[in-house]
Amino acid sequence: MAKKTPRIGKKYTVGSTILTAFFTVLCLVWLIPIIEVFINAFKHNNAINLDAFALPTKETFVGFANFVKGFTFGNYPFVKSLLYSLIITVSSVALILLFCSMTAWYIARVGSVFSKIFYYLCLFSMIVPFQMVMFALSYTVDRLGLNTPYTIPVVYLGFGAGLAIFMFVGFVKGIPLDIEEAASIDGCGPVRTYFKVVLPMLKPTLISVGILELMWVWNDYLLPYLVLDINEYRTIPIHVQYLKGSYGTVDLGATMAIILMSILPIIIVYMFCQKHIIKGVAAGAVKG
Amino acid sequence: MGKNVPAASGRALRLRRHNSKSTIKRWFPLFVLPTFLCFIIGFVLPFYQGITLSTYNFTVPNFGDTLVIPNADASAVQMESVGLQNYEKALDAGFMNAFWNTASFAIVSIVLINVVAFAIAYALTQKMRGSNVFRTVFFMPNLIGGVVLGYIWNLIFGAILQEYGTYLTANATYGFWGLVILVAWQQIGYMMIIYIAGLQAVSEDMLEAARIDGANGWQSLFRVIIPNVMPSITICTFLTLTNSFKMFDQNLALTGGLPQIIDKEAMAKINSTELLALNIFSTYNTSKNHHGVAQAKAVIFFVLVAVLALTQQWATRRKEVQQ
Amino acid sequence: MKKIIALVLVAMMVIGVFAGCAEEETKTTEPKATTPAGTEDTTPAGTEDPTPSESEPAVVSGGSVYYLNFKPEFDEALQQLAADYTAETGVEVKILTAASGGYSDALNSEMAKSDAPTIFNIGNLAGLADWDEYALDLTDTAIAAELATNDFNLYNEAGELKAIGNCYESFGIIVNTELLEQAGYTLADITNFESLKTVAEDITARSEELGFCAFSAAGLDGSSSWRFSGHLATLPLHYEGVNTNVAEITGEKIDLFKNVWDLYINNSSADPKALSTGTGDESTAMFKEGKAVFYQNGTWEYAGLIEAGMTDEQLAMIPIYCGAEGEENAALCSGTENCWAINAKASEEDIQASIDFLVWLVTDEEASATYVEQLGAVPFKNCPASSNKFVADGNAMLAEGKTSISWAFNYTPNVDSWRAGVVTALTAYSADQSEANWQAVVDAFVTGWAIEYAAVNG
Repeated sequence: MAKKTPRIGKKYTVGSTILTAFFTVLCLVWLIPIIEVFINAFKHNNAINLDAFALPTKETFVGFANFVKGFTFGNYPFVKSLLYSLIITVSSVALILLFCSMTAWYIARVGSVFSKIFYYLCLFSMIVPFQMVMFALSYTVDRLGLNTPYTIPVVYLGFGAGLAIFMFVGFVKGIPLDIEEAASIDGCGPVRTYFKVVLPMLKPTLISVGILELMWVWNDYLLPYLVLDINEYRTIPIHVQYLKGSYGTVDLGATMAIILMSILPIIIVYMFCQKHIIKGVAAGAVKG
Repeated sequence: MGKNVPAASGRALRLRRHNSKSTIKRWFPLFVLPTFLCFIIGFVLPFYQGITLSTYNFTVPNFGDTLVIPNADASAVQMESVGLQNYEKALDAGFMNAFWNTASFAIVSIVLINVVAFAIAYALTQKMRGSNVFRTVFFMPNLIGGVVLGYIWNLIFGAILQEYGTYLTANATYGFWGLVILVAWQQIGYMMIIYIAGLQAVSEDMLEAARIDGANGWQSLFRVIIPNVMPSITICTFLTLTNSFKMFDQNLALTGGLPQIIDKEAMAKINSTELLALNIFSTYNTSKNHHGVAQAKAVIFFVLVAVLALTQQWATRRKEVQQ
Repeated sequence: MKKIIALVLVAMMVIGVFAGCAEEETKTTEPKATTPAGTEDTTPAGTEDPTPSESEPAVVSGGSVYYLNFKPEFDEALQQLAADYTAETGVEVKILTAASGGYSDALNSEMAKSDAPTIFNIGNLAGLADWDEYALDLTDTAIAAELATNDFNLYNEAGELKAIGNCYESFGIIVNTELLEQAGYTLADITNFESLKTVAEDITARSEELGFCAFSAAGLDGSSSWRFSGHLATLPLHYEGVNTNVAEITGEKIDLFKNVWDLYINNSSADPKALSTGTGDESTAMFKEGKAVFYQNGTWEYAGLIEAGMTDEQLAMIPIYCGAEGEENAALCSGTENCWAINAKASEEDIQASIDFLVWLVTDEEASATYVEQLGAVPFKNCPASSNKFVADGNAMLAEGKTSISWAFNYTPNVDSWRAGVVTALTAYSADQSEANWQAVVDAFVTGWAIEYAAVNG
């Protein structure tokens, strides 16, 4: 909030104007990769190979042909991978937020040996890289029949529980007991106390954990790659990786169109709730 | 976060009816069990299996129906217990190369990302037109997944290098710096956000006091601001360190570890731009009698990451306390 | 104390749940096979005929087929065939096609799953050594009875038939004879490497005036590089005498490879410096569009070329002349790396269903016609003859008394990885044709071979 209070100058100084100009240029440079995808998505294949930086011209512009092609390119309908990505992300994040916050509250409020052990296990899981468990995980998940987009949230909840519980516990510990006690005096049992009193107070943490998990699950490649039946279920990252050199055809135009279609939704979401996202990241990091 | 409800006079209330630990405990099956079960499936069990598998030679894991006892299912393919042999094979030329790649990649990216992110954050917290827009733009690459990023930069580097008659996987140097640029582009925005939060918490008064004491810009930067954003620096170094050690998607999608170099002395093929996580993955796919070795590498990798993370935490905690 | 008891109880519960889940899993696999749900998912978009699988009565045997396909170019037709089969019989057939160069990754990971492939591909004896315990002994099975020849099968050391060669392919240099004539030559002018080189270099010298170049792009992207790291590499291996799974090669005939490679990259309109990203499509397009006279590929490419509007009169396939002694008498390079193996670990029902599917594929009138059209020459008695011009060219050479060159690359250890090494070196060499870079190619060949052999067998 300190930003709002002006520092020395009353007006924008010359120095700050130069700074603004500099950052404007820097931001344009920063956006080059995204602009690249955008312009190439409308260009003819060969034109991309020849000069990826050139803007589309009359000869090289192909309109939405790449997009049309992109929907079926790569031997897998793009819409399906978009759908699976959505299903997996939404359900996993919802599951993580709900169950981990509940567990965290329990852990923070019940100081039993079990909750301590569980809590330390969670901390421990945070430093374990995915590579350590991935071969065994894909086996176990397969054996338990959890290898579909509808059941994979269980795996995400399991592997993502560590960070989420850690962050929630940190926050719950900061909530004074008195409020919950007041609720219980009003006749609320633990469940109602949790949902009526604790959960609303957790909102800022829910947002920051939610955003971190969202970015993780949406962009995750390896876990779904190892766990899902790739033939039937592909998420967007898997879809994109499979475009590379697959089936003897490389269609850069269609690939760029697919990439654009896959990053556009996130960028739009970001535009709408960037305040929350940026706040969430800052808050999440300070906790971690 | 200190603005939560002033402390009420709760002590007296506590004597009356309230949700004691034991009442909450009754709800264990609802509050904890689902998470705990998933945690077992998603973490504890595969972690245990992973350790076990590292001492076996296997094509396919086989823990039978119990999922815990090796070779429990007699009708399935059996795994062969080999003791620590896999660990002896694990530290091969490819792994060592990947280790040094990862280490140098980590150092370069930690320095680059943090310095640039801090500088941008510092500039953006000055009075400046459009700083919110800039912040939005810098953060944006974070939203794009590693595989997609790899693809995009593949195209860009390819197009640039083509001008000079060469290509991205022509040598390890291009691939290495390509990855550095990619990751810097991706992560600077994220670290910048954390630094901005840290910088905004530095009190105006302290800076004012420094100014009155005659400190110039640099002096107040190094004497006042940096010590006060130490927690942010700790977090960001920690994040960049672990991120670079665990780097996989970007590595896979950008170069896939290429170019491959033949080390005649070690009689080994080395993927010259491969980082540790990718090396584990590619070892697994080398041939089916390398599955155990790949798992052993993964265990070593885990120990390495754990030691690094703990050391870093310990070291910075100490520093913060001293200040 | 209570806590400990609680903990033990939880632990027991957890284990109980797992045991339960695991049991359930094994129980559910079979019924899953008969439910036609998911059949729609396995066929790619664009399948026009309504799949009547929903109304189809469940098949009594209850097995299902999971075919891990090795040949990307066969994918589309195979998916269609599978859908037809399901429509006809109600048996679920799932097809997964590995990306080019990614077959062994896919096989490794798919085989680890509980729902593992029932039909998979074994490319050569090295592959058989790897997967022997998973491959069913096919001796006396219904599909073995369909074979017209046993020449392309793979047998293990015990002499059991473990994989059935299911198509027979040849590769060489595809020639656009029309362009060749425009340049003032005929096929008869090319009888060995010397004459091929003369023709190619003459075309290069006059390429501007002619409007086309000699060779289509020798792209080294994964979608194209197998033509060289696999097919072209067979020549030095063959002439060295590699005919079994040797631990080491000498590389004494590697210059044959260099002869051809240099010819390819220096007589093409494609920039040798830009080959690293050159794709299979680009190369094919150059040939189809009449921008190149020569194009190294195999009999399987025929269908695509005809589809693109080329005619039998325009097309011919000649051997890859490389400067070896006596190559005037060489025919095309013929063999296969397509051998069906059946997963011995699959359930009996699935094994039966898989064999039934394969038999249907090579006996059903329509299916076998598609099969032959896609794969060219096939060694099954009840399949129609192929109309493939390249197969006919190959047969004509054999009739003249020439001998075909065996697919020596079938003995390559850890083949995907070996090829990747060769491609890396070849890419660097093409961008800068120096002596040192050539040496790296030789290393990738010879040392790479020994390394991969040790990796697989060590």
